[in-house]
Amino acid sequence: MREQGGLEVTHLTMRFGGLVAVNDLSFSARGKEITAIIGPNGAGKTTVFNCLTGFYKPTVGELAFMGRDGRILLEQLDGFVIARHGLARTFQNIRLFPGMSVLENLLVAQHQPLMQASGFTLLGLFGARRYREAEKDAIELARQWLDRMELTHLADSPAGALPYGQQRKLEIARAMCTRPTMLCLDEPAAGLNPRETAELGILLKAIRDETGIGILLIEHDMGMVMGISDHIIVLDYGRKIADGTPLAVRSDPEVIKAYLGEEDDDELPPEIRAEISETAARA
Amino acid sequence: MLYFLQQLINGLTLGAMYGLIAIGYSMVYGIIGMINFAHGDIYMIGAFVTVIAFTTLGIVGITWMPLALMVVLLCAMLFTAAYGWTVERIAYRPLRGSFRLAPLISAIGMSIFLQNYVQVAQGANVKPLAPIITGGIQLGSDGSFSVGISYVQIMVIVLTTVLMAAFSFLIAKTPLGRAQRACEQDLKMAGLCGVNVDRTISTTFVLGAALAAVAGLMASLYYGVVDFFIGFLAGVKAFTAAVLGGIGSIPGAMLGGLLLGLIESFWSGYFSIEYKDVAAFGILVVVLIFLPTGLLGKPEIEKV
Repeated sequence: MREQGGLEVTHLTMRFGGLVAVNDLSFSARGKEITAIIGPNGAGKTTVFNCLTGFYKPTVGELAFMGRDGRILLEQLDGFVIARHGLARTFQNIRLFPGMSVLENLLVAQHQPLMQASGFTLLGLFGARRYREAEKDAIELARQWLDRMELTHLADSPAGALPYGQQRKLEIARAMCTRPTMLCLDEPAAGLNPRETAELGILLKAIRDETGIGILLIEHDMGMVMGISDHIIVLDYGRKIADGTPLAVRSDPEVIKAYLGEEDDDELPPEIRAEISETAARA
Repeated sequence: MLYFLQQLINGLTLGAMYGLIAIGYSMVYGIIGMINFAHGDIYMIGAFVTVIAFTTLGIVGITWMPLALMVVLLCAMLFTAAYGWTVERIAYRPLRGSFRLAPLISAIGMSIFLQNYVQVAQGANVKPLAPIITGGIQLGSDGSFSVGISYVQIMVIVLTTVLMAAFSFLIAKTPLGRAQRACEQDLKMAGLCGVNVDRTISTTFVLGAALAAVAGLMASLYYGVVDFFIGFLAGVKAFTAAVLGGIGSIPGAMLGGLLLGLIESFWSGYFSIEYKDVAAFGILVVVLIFLPTGLLGKPEIEKV
């Protein structure tokens, strides 16, 4: 929690009328680590992200984040302030600015420093040096991420015209261009083919190792989750049922129960059961 | 031919003013999806500020025309922008996130309020403005009919062209314009990129109001009279222009304004001046039947 990008969630509860989407959830995610949140559909994973990024005000709970300027409480802030403190996010269904060019998508992500340097646009209009330098830096950062994602040749195409896999990459690049201290990814591998998923796993590990930012990951692709995570949190019906290393989580009886049903449920044919455990072992 | 040229000049002048107002409708619609029915009255405020400012300058004794014009232009833009900002702040922002019709009703209320407020504060009489820019250039004559362009018309067309160029640059190249376009596409996502969405929306209203103020200044110089009710018809016309060009599209608003001005002017010139509004709105109906998104509009894509 001391270092940048640390996140400490305590007693988070989110109710929608009678529905308890997240129930008394506490966990922490450290910087320089990949923390995965997994669980069956409807377990409340995306709700946690929505609370973190200011879309929902939690019913109860404290969300402490070590941002750029020290410790802040996310539940008290608006979304754009949270983003400025260094928490970036991507969505399960991609949300680019489809009508803007690929490069512009990355520049919007750097809106705050550019706006500041341009003195709320006025100085920028008169070509102040500070603004020109800030703009050069912004384009440089955007170019680095374009190169890295192999999107440079598409910089001027509208983002909405990109194929699905490249849109995913662009969304991560855009999140990184906000210079985050923690990156929240909501199912980044959804819709990717196995090769793209493997590349994504390598990329996320590289981001963790090179930049030292924390990554919070919601993902259903167990192969990837088990392969890259340092720490896994398992949710079921809004409650945390397990928390630990991939190895510990994988053999946790509660987790197996949540994913496969009751242990003594012998309706699953033995060969399928064997296949499942084999998959788990391979991952 | 001379007659045609004269109508063309008149139509362009009228169209430039409609276009400047229409941009405000289009931008606001693009960013928050509401029709700001008070925008026509913002234009009316701009015209009143112009008259008041010119009168004040006359009393103070600043009569050198270019200087007076610059001062009045700045005053009109600043004061009217402040009105635009205030209207958004008190009548629309508190209703953001409520049902879709709420801000629309609020806008109609704001429009009525502004009209009555000006009527009470400035009186219901038509206010004349002594001709400030007089004269013009004679372009040709065939004995019975002479065609000319007045200096006011030249000012309207030049000023509109300059403003449009500056405005297009602002939208296309500056961080503010980028933020506006991002908000237009996805408000929430723009917020997550660190864009202060509320402030960007306020800025949109301020810019729209400033452009409407320029149109108000032009109208008061061109027609020489203002009253508290001019905002209604001008607003409806400009809204028509915005829809004609494709609401949400800024070049569309300008194009729609020009077309509407030309249609009106040619209709009054060749058919009957009484039915010019019927012609303008009739063409709107026809365009909407065959091109529901307007001339330059993009089809609405439902966000899932």
